[in-house]
Amino acid sequence: MSQHMKFVFDQSLLNYHFHDNHPFNQIRLILTKELLEASNQLLPEQIITPRSATDEEIALIHDPMYIHAVKSAEQSPIERLTRFGLGTEDTPLFPNMHEASSQIVGATLTAVDAVLKNGATQAVNFAGGLHHGFKNRASGFCIYNDAAIAIKYIREFFGLKVLYVDTDAHHGDGVQEAFYDDPNVCTFSIHETGRYLFPGTGNVNERGIKEGHGYSFNLPIDAFTQDESFISIYETALREIAEFFQPDIIVTQNGADSHFFDPLTHLCGSMAIYEKIPETALEISKRYCHGRWIALGGGGYDIWRVVPRAWAQVWNIMKDEKPQNGVLPNEWINKWQKDAPTTLPLTWHDSEEIIPAIPRKIEIEEKNQYTLKSLLKYTQVKRS
Amino acid sequence: MHVEDIMNRNVITLGSTDTIAKAHQLLVDHKIRHIPIVDEDYYIVGIVSDRDIRDASPSIFTTDTDKSVLDKQISTIMSSPVLTAHPLDFVEEVARIFYDREIACLPVVSNEKLVGVITEKDLLYTLIQLTGTHVQGSHIEVKVPHKPGILPEVASVFGNHGVNISSVLIYPYKNNPEYKILVFRVQTMNPQPIIRDLRSSGYELMWPNNIPEPRL
Repeated sequence: MSQHMKFVFDQSLLNYHFHDNHPFNQIRLILTKELLEASNQLLPEQIITPRSATDEEIALIHDPMYIHAVKSAEQSPIERLTRFGLGTEDTPLFPNMHEASSQIVGATLTAVDAVLKNGATQAVNFAGGLHHGFKNRASGFCIYNDAAIAIKYIREFFGLKVLYVDTDAHHGDGVQEAFYDDPNVCTFSIHETGRYLFPGTGNVNERGIKEGHGYSFNLPIDAFTQDESFISIYETALREIAEFFQPDIIVTQNGADSHFFDPLTHLCGSMAIYEKIPETALEISKRYCHGRWIALGGGGYDIWRVVPRAWAQVWNIMKDEKPQNGVLPNEWINKWQKDAPTTLPLTWHDSEEIIPAIPRKIEIEEKNQYTLKSLLKYTQVKRS
Repeated sequence: MHVEDIMNRNVITLGSTDTIAKAHQLLVDHKIRHIPIVDEDYYIVGIVSDRDIRDASPSIFTTDTDKSVLDKQISTIMSSPVLTAHPLDFVEEVARIFYDREIACLPVVSNEKLVGVITEKDLLYTLIQLTGTHVQGSHIEVKVPHKPGILPEVASVFGNHGVNISSVLIYPYKNNPEYKILVFRVQTMNPQPIIRDLRSSGYELMWPNNIPEPRL
């Protein structure tokens, strides 16, 4: 299996860098890659260098006016930029923003090409998954929506039915909107409820419009949901949705910001969910898609303790059909501990003692079950 | 906010001699629930709702129905006189009328002519705008003592971070008149620095920020 998997990486993907105090930090990519290499899980021949995306490819989703605004951002007055969501607290300007952002889009398209043109079964691009990018507007740390562009690219050039699965703690609003009226792209986002958390959308009642009605799925779960409830409803929902939709290929957005260490969210999960998420994705890709699976990154703001382990497990599960366990390689810990502001974890799993106990657990679980039932109302009606 | 800011100016109307059948067709075609009835000068003489028309229609359960009742004139079932609003009335006054009179539509009249309609749905849409939930944002609730000066004090914490506030609401705290809940919707994905500052300034945060973070 392993020769059929590709890992998209290049140092240039780290150029997507807002500033040093910004929560979105692509050092995560190096940490993940080196963790896999130190674990003897990633071979040089599996790594592929990304191409850049052309303007035409970016325009599969984005308005040419917006692309122009990104290109000329550094010469533009701030009032003009904020109309496009640029130059804000969340998406401030940085040098060569267009180039860095198209590089990420190109990396995701490289992953698609690896699978659909060059014979790989699965490919990952952890630099991608920027799901808050909109047609005309940047938001939530995202400039170009590589995931949406890649899905549109798959539709235009390969005509496959795409199942997009978004497990970021934030709602995958940009991707949902791009395919809201499209019955050939099914989007499923599980996320912390938007009542408190950005962006605020992703209600279970958002189901798509026109031809696409019934092909957008949202599972907003309560703050402090934790592992058990998360895993059980995620697995049930994804299996039901995949059976209903019968996808040809699966694209996953593997945001790693649902962990109790994550500073931006309140789901309070542990590493256990980052094993079950890819395990279920693998199962679906094998059952419906001949194994075809493209995995992307996304959010993840504890870049030292959470993201490298979570993303490495996606690759481990693709490769071995099971996660790694036990201790992390010393080589990796020794190299990075001096740069990390916190103590790096020593094992792939979190020990029980550090998982926080949360009040209202029973109520939260009951609420999530209720949301799951409403989500699946449509899949269970057999369509004629 | 004035009625003219949210009212619908493209009003579907009928004359009092039009048939009930015609009114029914308009309700279906335009997905509306109320039709103002006007004379040739656009002066309002009545209003019909979907309920008036249903009351006048034969039941779907009766067979061999005589549909000729639907050929009667609309004047036979319309309500009059009609409660109306003025374009410069406040939206909250309209809400009060809807609530008190248990109705869901007011024709808007200026210089004795019909100029628009305002419905329950327009009010709900406005409410969504007021909560700020129509734009991307994060939601933070702070419990504060109900005393002068507290709002600017708390708001200044947001101001210090240069983050746009898309809405502020002040709720009562349960039935306790001593406290209020301030609800801020802010246009950022990273409210953490604000939350940290609010906490360190001693403000009490509500769910889900009331649980001390294990990570800090």
